[in-house]
Amino acid sequence: MAKHKTPLLDELEKGPWPSFVSDIKLEAEKRAKNDAGLDFQIPQDCPDDLLGVLELAYKDKETHWKHGGIVGVFGYGGGVIGRYCDQPEKFPGVAHFHTVRVNQPAGKYYNTEYLRGVMDIWDLRGSGLTNMHGSTGDIVLLGTTTPQLEEIFHELTHNLNTDLGGSGSNLRTPADCLGQSRCEFACYDTQAICHALTNDYQDELHRPAFPYKFKFKFDGCPNGCVASIARSDFSVIGTWKDDIRIDQDRVKAYVAGEFKPNAGAHSGRDWGKFDIVAEVVNRCPTKCMSYEDGKLSIDTSNCTRCMHCLNVMPAALKIGLETGATILCGAKAPILDGAQMASMLVPFIPVEEPYDEIKEVIENIWDWWMEEGKNRERLGETMKRQGFQKLLEVTNTKAIPQHVKAPRANPYIFFKEDEVPGGWKHDEKGYRERHMR
Amino acid sequence: MAIVEFKGKTFDVDEDGFLQKFEDWCEEWVEYVKDSEGIKELSPEHRKVIDFLQDYYKKNGIAPMVRILSKVTGFKLKHIYELFPSGPGKGACKMAGLPKPTGCV
Ligand code: HEM
Ligand code: HEM
Ligand code: SF4
Ligand code: SF4
Repeated sequence: MAKHKTPLLDELEKGPWPSFVSDIKLEAEKRAKNDAGLDFQIPQDCPDDLLGVLELAYKDKETHWKHGGIVGVFGYGGGVIGRYCDQPEKFPGVAHFHTVRVNQPAGKYYNTEYLRGVMDIWDLRGSGLTNMHGSTGDIVLLGTTTPQLEEIFHELTHNLNTDLGGSGSNLRTPADCLGQSRCEFACYDTQAICHALTNDYQDELHRPAFPYKFKFKFDGCPNGCVASIARSDFSVIGTWKDDIRIDQDRVKAYVAGEFKPNAGAHSGRDWGKFDIVAEVVNRCPTKCMSYEDGKLSIDTSNCTRCMHCLNVMPAALKIGLETGATILCGAKAPILDGAQMASMLVPFIPVEEPYDEIKEVIENIWDWWMEEGKNRERLGETMKRQGFQKLLEVTNTKAIPQHVKAPRANPYIFFKEDEVPGGWKHDEKGYRERHMR
Repeated sequence: MAIVEFKGKTFDVDEDGFLQKFEDWCEEWVEYVKDSEGIKELSPEHRKVIDFLQDYYKKNGIAPMVRILSKVTGFKLKHIYELFPSGPGKGACKMAGLPKPTGCV
């Protein structure tokens, strides 16, 4: 028997999509039965009370969590998001309902043994409810009490060899697309660098030392499967320098209808016979492709590597062999001064262990932003305030046309004094001798 | 919220054990917080951090950025964690009686 009546939430058990309400109810039942005979370390009916408080929030159309919450584990300044219900008498099971961020493996590949290990800890010491995964990438353990935090941390680190993720004004948990593990578009090993840099910057991740949060994300190619360009202050996107590799026989096979365009992604609807000119050549944003006498050619010098032709004909067109990545900076959500996608900083950089070139860019940016960034100012905002030119200077990057989509239209141009013959010292008298008042 | 009694003093605290009112801060509070924050003995270095946090808060109405705390005290962040195991926010600010850190923590 459910602890609280939840008529509004019950509606969400209808329909074809997996219902979170049904799932939470299952967990509530499982805890009530307790077949495993666990000595639950937080209220057994925690999921029931979560449904109860959620039902109340649906009714009131208001959240019922108090403001903020500062809890954690010794040694770290982040990793746990404290939270308290504002109706603790009514819903004692969620009086404390802290969230534990657990660092996920790059690409989110698991074996069942590991996941069972996590759930064994969580069933005993938490609500049994999770988020797989948080938007930043972490495994999210949803709901426990303060005394259990050190216990959970101890078991994670000692039994599962797993650490917490990041929170606060620090490096947050990095994430990546699945990369070369199972994608032929991947221009570098996204998982390897994501893992390596997560390890290299553990200190920055666990102990907030920054003006504000900072995120890394790694996309293997411009398709952006982990959305690094929109969701990370430091976005690494794979690309290549040389020619797209064209297999003309396979191009013919696409034209003949033997291979499906876009690997069959549009087979839910009849779009007619594949038309290589209409669907590929004419859609190329730079119009650098041609198809003549059954032969496809690409003028590489004008290709912006947008991925369209490769996405349509993956069996015939392959990324180049000289691969690396582009670094972009400054993406952020709207608060405070407006949303930003990342801006291109380094057009091409090799991605090779131990990633020294990339780490140099990161550390140069941090040195600058940690010193100059205002309290709670994202890198993107510091870039706006101090200028892109400043970012180029601190990263020792030479300005190139690729740094802008278009040159500025206003003439408010700053010059450095040493660039201007004579400098800024003004000889008023000499001027007046030539131009009388 | 909760009332804590310690050595004849009472303190109004929230769930996370932060003082509700900065004015309630006193020596007994430091004594009291010490244990829950994993600190055995209070050294002059602890004092230096607490004193600076309080001065800065009185002057500016906010807690200083970590960078400023490090610069003024001369303690690297690593050392601040050695002094205050749960860090400058949860550890030192709590002990100094500053309001609970807020934002996307
Ligand atoms: C026949 C008389 C004048 C003509 C045709 C004239 C024309 C102009 C023009 C075309 C501009 C540039 C506007 C722009 O860049 O958008 C300008 C700017 C200006 N003029 Fe005049 N002007 C005249 C008289 C004056 C006088 C008498 C004064 C002051 C007492 C004056 C003060 C200024 C100032 C301060 C600016 C702005 C400069 C700046 O924004 O950098 N002008 N004028
Ligand atoms: C202490 C005295 C003054 C100060 C601090 C001052 C300040 C300014 C400032 C900040 C601007 C805007 C500049 C910009 O954004 O491009 C400006 C524009 C201008 N000022 Fe003044 N100003 C002063 C006196 C005067 C006087 C006495 C005149 C005219 C007799 C004058 C005429 C203008 C004109 C015509 C503009 C250009 C407006 C425009 O281009 O839109 N200013 N001034
Ligand atoms: S971003 Fe590119 S490389 Fe990574 S999974 Fe997506 S398509 Fe593949
Ligand atoms: S990758 Fe994009 S720009 Fe380059 S040839 Fe293909 S469609 Fe054109």
